[in-house]
Amino acid sequence: MNDQAFDSERVSGIIAELKTKPGALLPILHAIQDALGYVPQGSVPLIAHELNLSRAEVHGVISFYHYFRSTPPGRHTVYICRAEACQAMGSEALEAYAKSSLGIDYHENTPDGAITLEPVYCLGNCACSPSIMVDKKVHGRVSPERFDDIMDSTRSAP
Amino acid sequence: MIKIFVPRDSSAIGLGAEEVALAIQAEAKKRQVAIELIRNGSRGLYWLEPLVEVATPEGRIAFGPVTIADVPGLFDAGFQKGGVHPLALGLTEEIPYLKRQERLTFARVGITDPVSLEDYLAHDGYRGLKRALTMAPAAIVEEVADSGLRGRGGAAFPTGIKWRTVLNTSSAQKYIVCNADEGDSGTFSDRMIMEGDPFVLVEGMTIAGLAVGATEGFIYLRCEYPDAEVALNAAIDSATAQGYLGGDILGSGKAFRLEVRLGAGAYVCGEETSLLESLEGKRGLVRFKPPLPAIEGLFGQPTVINNVISLASVPIILDKGAAFYKDYGMGRSRGTLPIQLAGNLKQPGLVERAFGVTLREILYDYGGGSKSGRPIKAVQVGGPLGAYLPESQFDTPLDYEAFAALWAVLGHGGVVAFDESVDMSKMARYGMEFCAIESCGKCTPCRIGSTRGVEIIDKIRAGEEAERQVALLRDLSDTMLASSLCALGGMTPYPVLSALNHFPEDFGVTSAQ
Repeated sequence: MNDQAFDSERVSGIIAELKTKPGALLPILHAIQDALGYVPQGSVPLIAHELNLSRAEVHGVISFYHYFRSTPPGRHTVYICRAEACQAMGSEALEAYAKSSLGIDYHENTPDGAITLEPVYCLGNCACSPSIMVDKKVHGRVSPERFDDIMDSTRSAP
Repeated sequence: MIKIFVPRDSSAIGLGAEEVALAIQAEAKKRQVAIELIRNGSRGLYWLEPLVEVATPEGRIAFGPVTIADVPGLFDAGFQKGGVHPLALGLTEEIPYLKRQERLTFARVGITDPVSLEDYLAHDGYRGLKRALTMAPAAIVEEVADSGLRGRGGAAFPTGIKWRTVLNTSSAQKYIVCNADEGDSGTFSDRMIMEGDPFVLVEGMTIAGLAVGATEGFIYLRCEYPDAEVALNAAIDSATAQGYLGGDILGSGKAFRLEVRLGAGAYVCGEETSLLESLEGKRGLVRFKPPLPAIEGLFGQPTVINNVISLASVPIILDKGAAFYKDYGMGRSRGTLPIQLAGNLKQPGLVERAFGVTLREILYDYGGGSKSGRPIKAVQVGGPLGAYLPESQFDTPLDYEAFAALWAVLGHGGVVAFDESVDMSKMARYGMEFCAIESCGKCTPCRIGSTRGVEIIDKIRAGEEAERQVALLRDLSDTMLASSLCALGGMTPYPVLSALNHFPEDFGVTSAQ
């Protein structure tokens, strides 16, 4: 993965803009992931150098947090809530349905590159369970039929 | 001009509120009806969302749940003038679920335009700050201490004592940190406040800054709440533009600046020292205590770290006085608790009540019983580290001490109901699995214990030497309880053992061994 091509100028620009903030590493990682969809392995030495950290420290932070990813996601990321309130309303069946209908497991991309599936532990949408989030939008009371509708519109979105 | 309200709350949007708002605007334009569309917070009556309200001379009238297909019909019925329609719910304030609440912290949520400073001021906003500006720092701290406010994040530590420690610790730089990493399943009150009344949190943090002499604040917000980030930043920007934040708050010469920082999907970062590590740009590893964050917190400086609801309760305490707030509640649990009803319930939502209301009232009088219509078998209170309570314990009042006496916790006030179809051994397994996924890895009981816990429960569920494995599970739970570094490992035994103790039959053992 180290030879992954990525926009290193853009990454350097983000680092330069944010590196003087106190505790700058998380804001930098968020900004890189917002811009590129993931934090490329190749950006680790750039960040480490500018923040005067070791590469191991930067890698350690990226790998600690579930949200940060080191590989490119699909065009859209679908998060399925696995927490208790959603379980009480049938999220396990929804998880199974999502995996089989998309043909992928968690942390995988669909072959057409449209969708990445991720688990999430609570979206704060517990009064409208079961819940999923597509990119930054939450959807509540998601039945398998509604899941299909949401996936159809997600696939057709840019 | 007719005022129509459609929530911008993310749960309402997740049920179609955005599309409904657009449809109302389009329909009004088509019919040449002049309306002012306000995107309010949610009233917290989630089974009725999207809940549309119309302002009439008699008060606001509610309609819900509204879909885009209902919009032309609503106009046909003259809903904008309070006309008769099957979705009409009458005056919003008279809906029993809402009427029988004591909304102090949530006083404005659902009523105002969350990102309008003007609206905030028109609804008693910033009265607490204005009073605080006339008081000595120690007097502000004593007002909060006298109110009896305890940390609403879950640990219930007296807020005033934290503040007093920071006030009495001298340092050139102190910080106010808001823990907005609301990761507990079944909780959403922080989200509702941040999306529905962000100024109240900004005001509470500003008062905290004045009280302890801190000039910088951070809101550590979980990244699963993107709409809250937008609302908070809008509130911070307009508060700064109008002199409520910045280098000279309302001409007082006092400074307080505020920044939102995003978490990255780590549940353990809701633990205060892990959160501080994360804010410093590190792995969210839990710190040893002492030193307390109040003495050596963010970047080694004295730091107040409080939950969203704790801080959002401060403005009303300063505005109306400690005695007003303290008058609500029971025993040593003073004030109100925003209770979040979730899971298998007919009427899930937000219920703010004084401490002392019973779990049964909450589940049936408000929640309306299970959504599936089957009996409620177990209720998890206080998030993934909270105990499961069986029906025999439903008459317990919501009070920190009453719950502690049952070996349960109130936590952040989340109540998740399960009907009789739930397999409690599976929930116990999930408790251990969640701990294994989210453990920061610093201490062995949590890091290793949780994985061994999953394995043991798998054996029990498979009927392999169930009784011996149950004994082993209890032994492992003892170790986790007694020797974990923080509440993640230290409280995972609560859901696990409460499930085992109250529902041994689900584990294939005859009685609690």
